[in-house]
This record gives sequence, structure tokens and C-alpha cells, in this order.
Amino acid sequence: MKPGPFEWQAPDSLEAALALKARHGEAARFLAGGQSLVPAMNFRVAQPAVLVDLNRVAALDFCQFDADGTLRIGAMARYRRIERDAAVAARVPILVEALAEVAHPQIRTRGTLGGNLSHADPASEMPAVMLALDARFRLRRAGGERVVAAADFFLGPLATVLAEDEMLAEVIIPPLPSGSGTAFLEVARRRGDYAMMGVAAVLRRGPDGRCAEARIALCSAGPTPMAAPRASEALIGRGLNAESFAEAAALAVTEIAPMGSVQASPTYQRHLAGVLVGRALSLAAERAA
Amino acid sequence: MKITIRVNGVGYTRDVEPRLLLSDFLRHEIGLTGTHVGCEHGVCGACTILWDGEPARSCLAFAVQAEGHEISTVEGLAPGPGKLNPLQQAFQDAHGLQCGYCTPGMLMTLTAFLAENPHPDEAQIREALSGNLCRCTGYQHIVDAVLRVAAA
Ligand SMILES: Cc1cc2nc3c(=O)[nH]c(=O)nc-3n(C[C@H](O)[C@H](O)[C@H](O)COP(=O)(O)OP(=O)(O)OC[C@H]3O[C@@H](n4cnc5c(N)ncnc54)[C@H](O)[C@@H]3O)c2cc1C
Ligand code: FES
Ligand code: FES
Repeated sequence: MKPGPFEWQAPDSLEAALALKARHGEAARFLAGGQSLVPAMNFRVAQPAVLVDLNRVAALDFCQFDADGTLRIGAMARYRRIERDAAVAARVPILVEALAEVAHPQIRTRGTLGGNLSHADPASEMPAVMLALDARFRLRRAGGERVVAAADFFLGPLATVLAEDEMLAEVIIPPLPSGSGTAFLEVARRRGDYAMMGVAAVLRRGPDGRCAEARIALCSAGPTPMAAPRASEALIGRGLNAESFAEAAALAVTEIAPMGSVQASPTYQRHLAGVLVGRALSLAAERAA
Repeated sequence: MKITIRVNGVGYTRDVEPRLLLSDFLRHEIGLTGTHVGCEHGVCGACTILWDGEPARSCLAFAVQAEGHEISTVEGLAPGPGKLNPLQQAFQDAHGLQCGYCTPGMLMTLTAFLAENPHPDEAQIREALSGNLCRCTGYQHIVDAVLRVAAA
């Protein structure tokens, strides 16, 4: 058998799952969609003694809007469910646009948003989208919880602020104000492959037609998802046009730290970032009603 | 531990370790060797099955997790012994396979895809196949097979 032996626990309540993690600490791993953890176990890179399977915890599987437009997504909401949600497509279209680039349909059947973000792969699309949407994450442990900004959650490749006994339970996405436009663009060898470079852009056209708000974040651009705050700030108060986009793109390229891969050198990745930031901004501006 | 899994509408009860992959349960425990295993880390697509009607990698789930779910494999596609369903027939007619190693995964992926989108264009077909590798056909004949079904 490929994976090493483990004790399998499949609680059906959130409290039971948290209690199990508190009891076993580092020896236990949560099992979400398994699309990153099971490959690692098949290679025996990961050999957890206990698997706390979250697939039966119905309380973690939701995707709903509050009355004020805040979107709340449970950790165990699968990609497939989110990408097919008509309300999400209408109100937070960048999520659906970026999910189409996350792996293949077969992986999206089981993969979850919570598992993806906890895994914290810097090449992954979702962490960058979360930065661009200014999302917050609710982290729970037995008898407590805290809410952290996406910008503070990712520490490095496959590293987050999650403590040994903590679970990422909920993703909280604030409503996009009217006048907002979003875009996600990436370049990958094939659809479904990890991006050589990906860009998430969110901006808002103010009543005067100028840029009132902008957030740009990139994936495959450094050890964590990389925000480009200087490029974003440079847009504020400017016209949404080719000139301001080109300036922002040039700034964004200086704010990333691409590490290179067998597919793309850091130089090529920077080139892609410049091109994609410009394109994503003009697409987002076009969509900003 | 003792589990019962429904595969192609039939319940199978076996005593298994939690670490048994669903792909190995299908092949070794119940003898349904139509589901192939290539990479065992989610990349090649040979092990694709339907999990409650949706395509999924059987090498990336433990058999114990499949209790209470409907699993469908390539063995369930044909309408009867010696017969092929329209998608399988199109693969034969268009030479959509050579060695056949990737074929069960291709068929299961496409079964789910065509149920959702019965008349796809070529670009959509190629995108749907992005998660299934074939080292023989160069994909063109597989795409042709799907186009035949889509036109029917
Ligand atoms: C062939 C292939 C291609 C892929 N391509 C892409 C791609 O292009 N882009 C991309 O982003 N991803 C890609 N992936 C990865 C995929 O998106 C995974 O689904 C995702 O990274 C992990 O989500 P999961 O639900 O499967 O989590 P799991 O694999 O179950 O868990 C991942 C990690 O997070 C921990 N964990 C899970 N849930 C929680 C929680 N709620 N709280 C705390 N810790 C938790 C687990 O213990 C584990 O360490 C690909 C995977 C495969 C197999
Ligand atoms: S064997 Fe499962 S994807 Fe290759
Ligand atoms: S027919 Fe041989 S791998 Fe596809």
C-alpha cells in the first residue's frame, strides 16, 4: 500500500474535529479534499499518525451571502460547488474566473477552499485572489477562535499562522462596492497546470470616473501570494487608462520575488507579471460598471 | 474496518485498512481492474471514476471515505456484455485509443462532461481532457471521437 498506516477519525461535528486535533496536535492532520495531502501521503512525504477527516462535518460546508453582501464560505466547500454558484458568479465573479484555472475538473470535484488556503502553495490561485478581495479567515480551536486578514495568514511556502490545534473554519469576503470590477488572468503551460504567473486585480471606479480603490495580488510570484501595494496605490485618483495601467504594471514587477521553476525563469516570470498586470487592470476597468 | 461501498449500483462489503486507496479497493478487493492506475498522485487521470456522478481521482481518496457514496467505474458503461455505449463505440470508430491505458479515465471524465454539456466544441473538449494524459494517440483521435458523439 502506498500511504503509511494511520488512525482514521471521521467526526461529524466541528467540535469533535477540533477536540481530536487538540488531543493529537502535530501527529494529526486534517483531511479535506485530499488533493494535496493524499499525493504527499502516497509519496510518504507525509505520514500523519492520525487523520481527522472533515468530509462528514456538514457545518463546514456552506457558501452564502449575508444581508449586507458579505460572502461566507465554509472550509469544506468544494471548488465545484463554489464555481457553480450563480450568486457567487454574479457578485464575486473573480472567484469563479480563478477557480476555472485551479487544477482539472476531477480535482475540483473534491478539492476544498479551506484545504487550498491551509496548504498555502504560493503557486496557487486562491491565496492571491483572497488578498485581492481583502478576505479574512476565521480560525478555530477547541474553545476559541480568532479572525486574521488574508494578508497576515501566509508566512511562506506551505506555511501559515495556523497553530498546531487550529483549523481554518471560514472564509469571509467583504462585499464589492458598486463601481467595482475584477479580473483574474494567468499563464500556464496547459489549462489546469499551476500558473507560471497569475494576477488578481480588483478596482473601483469612483463617481468622477477615476480609480477610487485598487488591489493587485499575484501567484507564483514569490514565497507567498504577493500583494503589490505600491502598484495599487499608484492607481488611486488616476484615470483608468493605458498610461496608469502601464505605470502600475511597472511598479508591480518591482514588488514581487519570483523563484523560477523548470518551466519559467524568474526573468520570464517578471516579464509575464508586467504583461498580465496591465491586461488584468484593463479588463477589471472594463468590467467596473 | 468493515465497509460497504456501492460501485455501479452493487454493494460490496470488505474488511479494509483505512489507508487502502479507493483505486486499490476497486482493483484488488473487488476485482474491477478496468480502473487503471498510472501515477498515483493525481496527475495522469487513468484512475478517474465518478463519485456521486462527478469525475474524481480514485487514487486520491481512501476507500473508507466512499461509504455512503455512489461510485461508477468504466465497467458500468456498457449496456450489456459484448456491447458498447455510444461514447465507447465512438472511441472504437475514431481510433480514440491505442494501448488503452488511459481509456477508462478518458471515458469516465467524458461521461461526466457530456452529461453536463452534450454538444461541446473542440476547444471545450480539449479543456475537459486537460486532466487526462495519453502517451499514444496525440489526443486528436480522442477529440474526434467526442466530436462524433457531440454531433449525434
Ligand atoms: C493534478 C493536480 C493539479 C493541481 N493543480 C492545482 C492548481 O493549478 N492550482 C491550485 O491551486 N491547486 C492545484 N492542485 C491542488 C488542489 O487545489 C488541492 O485541492 C488543494 O491545494 C488542497 O485542497 P484539499 O481540499 O484537497 O486539501 P487537502 O489535500 O485535504 O489538505 C491540504 C493541507 O491542508 C490541511 N488542511 C485541510 N483543511 C484544513 C483546514 N480546514 N484547516 C487547517 N488545515 C487544513 C491538511 O492537513 C493538509 O496539510 C492540484 C492538485 C492536483 C492533484
Ligand atoms: S493514478 Fe490517479 S491520477 Fe494517475
Ligand atoms: S491509448 Fe495509450 S495512453 Fe492513451
